[in-house]
Amino acid sequence: MSATAGKARGPGLLATALRWREASILLVAILLVIYFESVNRDFLLTSASVVNLSQFIAPAAIIAFGEIMLMIGGEIDLSAGMIFAFAPFIMHFCDQAGIPVIIGLIIGLVASALVGLINGVITLLLRVPSFVTTLGTMFLLNGITLVMSAGTPVNTPGSPGLQAFFGHWGYSEILWALAVCVLMHILLRQTRWGLHTVASGGNPIGASEAGINVVKLKIGNFILSAVLSGFTGILEGFRISSIDPQAGGSQIMFLAVAAGVIGGTSLAGGSGTIIGGLIGAAVLGVLNDGFTLIGVNAFTFNIILGAAILVAMVFNIYMGRLQRTGHVT
Amino acid sequence: MSNTTTSAAEPLGAPAAGPGGGIGTETTGRVLRAENIVKRFGAVSALQGVSLHLEPGEILGILGDNGAGKSTLMKILTGYQQQTEGRLFVGGQEMLLRSVDHARSLGIECVYQDLALANGLSIYHNMFLNREIVYPGPIRLLNNRAMRKRTGELLDEIGVHVPSIELPVERLSGGQRQAIAVARAVNSDPRILLLDEPLAAMGAREAGHIIDLIQRLKAKGNLSIIMIMHNYAQTLEIADRIMLMQRGRVTYENHAQATSVPELMEIVRREYRALRAG
Repeated sequence: MSATAGKARGPGLLATALRWREASILLVAILLVIYFESVNRDFLLTSASVVNLSQFIAPAAIIAFGEIMLMIGGEIDLSAGMIFAFAPFIMHFCDQAGIPVIIGLIIGLVASALVGLINGVITLLLRVPSFVTTLGTMFLLNGITLVMSAGTPVNTPGSPGLQAFFGHWGYSEILWALAVCVLMHILLRQTRWGLHTVASGGNPIGASEAGINVVKLKIGNFILSAVLSGFTGILEGFRISSIDPQAGGSQIMFLAVAAGVIGGTSLAGGSGTIIGGLIGAAVLGVLNDGFTLIGVNAFTFNIILGAAILVAMVFNIYMGRLQRTGHVT
Repeated sequence: MSNTTTSAAEPLGAPAAGPGGGIGTETTGRVLRAENIVKRFGAVSALQGVSLHLEPGEILGILGDNGAGKSTLMKILTGYQQQTEGRLFVGGQEMLLRSVDHARSLGIECVYQDLALANGLSIYHNMFLNREIVYPGPIRLLNNRAMRKRTGELLDEIGVHVPSIELPVERLSGGQRQAIAVARAVNSDPRILLLDEPLAAMGAREAGHIIDLIQRLKAKGNLSIIMIMHNYAQTLEIADRIMLMQRGRVTYENHAQATSVPELMEIVRREYRALRAG
C-alpha cells in the first residue's frame, strides 16, 4: 500500500488509457482518409463518396455495438448476419398480412429478440459455448429465411417518407448508427447494466459472488445484439428498396466483430468500447472505399482487413499487459 | 464436546471454557448460529453436520486443510449456496439464506478468496459493485461522483491507502486488492464479516497490513468476523476463538489463547494417522 491517500480525483489512468486507445484508432482512421484523399481527390470531397462511405460504416457499426456488449461479457453472436436477413422478411410478411409497416417493423424486432433469447438461453442455461450456439442458430436461421422467402428478394414495403426515415435517404443510416452509438455508449459507461457487463466479462465468478445475475445480464445482451442486428437488416432493406434473403450473412457479422476488435474490444472479455467500435467500422469503411477508388481489388482488401485485425488484437493484448504490469501511466 | 460443536466426529480436543467466552453456554446475544449443517454435492458430503456460533465483536478463525469443507461452509453462510440439512440462526432468528443479496440484507458480508473484484473496473466501481449509487429518475445513470467521494472517505476511514481510486484493480498488489475487497464488504456496515483466506498468497509485510486492518475493524466494535484460514500461527494471532475442521466436521474448538500451534498440529497429525490406519 503506497503512502498517498485514496482521495477522490477526476478521471485518471484507466479513463486516460481507454481514451487513448480510442484516440489511437481514430488517428489511424484520419491518416487513412488523408492518404486516400491525396491519392484520389474524389474520395471524400464528393457527397456521393461520403454517402457511400457512411452506408458501409453504418450497418457494420450498429451490429458491432451489440457484438461489443457480448464480447465484453466474453460471448459472441455469430448469427447476427442471419438475423439481419431474417428480420426484414418478418416485416415483409406482416405487410403481406395487412399489418401496418411500422407495426411489422416492430414485430420484426420482436422476432429478432426471440432469436437472441434462444441464443442466450441455450448458451447460459444449457451451458453451450456461445460460439457453438450461435453457429447453430446462424445456419438454422439462414435456412428458415431461405425457405420462407423461397430464396427470392421482395420489394421493401412502406410509404416513401417511412422508407427515407428508416434508411432510404442517403444519410439516414449513419444518423441511426450515431444515435444508437450514443445510447449504447451511455448504456455501457453510465448504467449498472454496462458496468455489470464489464464485471461479468472480467471475472464471471466474482461478479456472481457480488450478487450480479450474470445469466440475466448475458441473456439480455444476446437479445440486445439480436435486436440491433435485426434493425440493421431492416434499415438496409429500406436503403436498397429490396429485401434479399442472401443479404448480410457471415460477411457483415465478421465485419462487425472486426470493427469491435479493431476499436479496442477484447474478444476475451472484460473490456471494450462502443465508440471504438464505431471508429473501427469507419476504418474498415475507409479501407474498403479507399482501395476501391484507387483501383485495388477486393482480394487485397481482405489481406489488409486480416492484417488490421491481427495488429489490433496484438496491440490490445500488449497494451493490456503493459497496463497490468504498470509500465504505462 | 461442548453443546455448540455437535460434530459427529470423535472428540479430539477438550474445549476449555475460557474466561468471558461463550463456549458451551447458550447466550442470547449471538449474532450467528449454525446447527448441524450438512451439504451434499451428489454423492459427496462436503459438510457432515457442522455447528458453530459467533458472539458480538468476536473474531472466529476456522482452520482446516484443503477439502475440509471450510469454503463450502462459507458459501452457505453467505447465501451463495444452500445447505442440504441443518438450521441457521441470524440474530436469534431462524433463516434460510436464499441468496447473497438476502444474506447481505441481514447484515452478512463476505470477502471471497478470489475477492470478487472485476479486474478491468476502477477501485471505486469495484467498491460499489452491484450496489452502485445511481441518480434518481427512470434511467438511473451511475452517480460516479458520489461513488468516488464515498470510496475516498471509506478508505481514509479504515486506513487503506491506494495511489488513486481511478486505478483498475488489476493494477493493485495482492494486499491492496484484499484491502479493497474488505473495504467494500464493510461499506454497508455489516454485523457479520466473513473472510475467506484473507492472507492467502501474501508476503509477511502485506499480511501485516491486512491483520492491522482486521484489528482496526474489530476495534470499531459491533462487527463479528469469521475468518477461514490456513496458517495456524497467524490465526492464533488474530482470532479470539478457533475452530478446526477436518473432512467436513468440526473436530476441535477453543479460545485462541488457550491453545497453541503445536497442540493444533498434534490434533491434525493424530487425525491423519487414524485416517491412514483406516
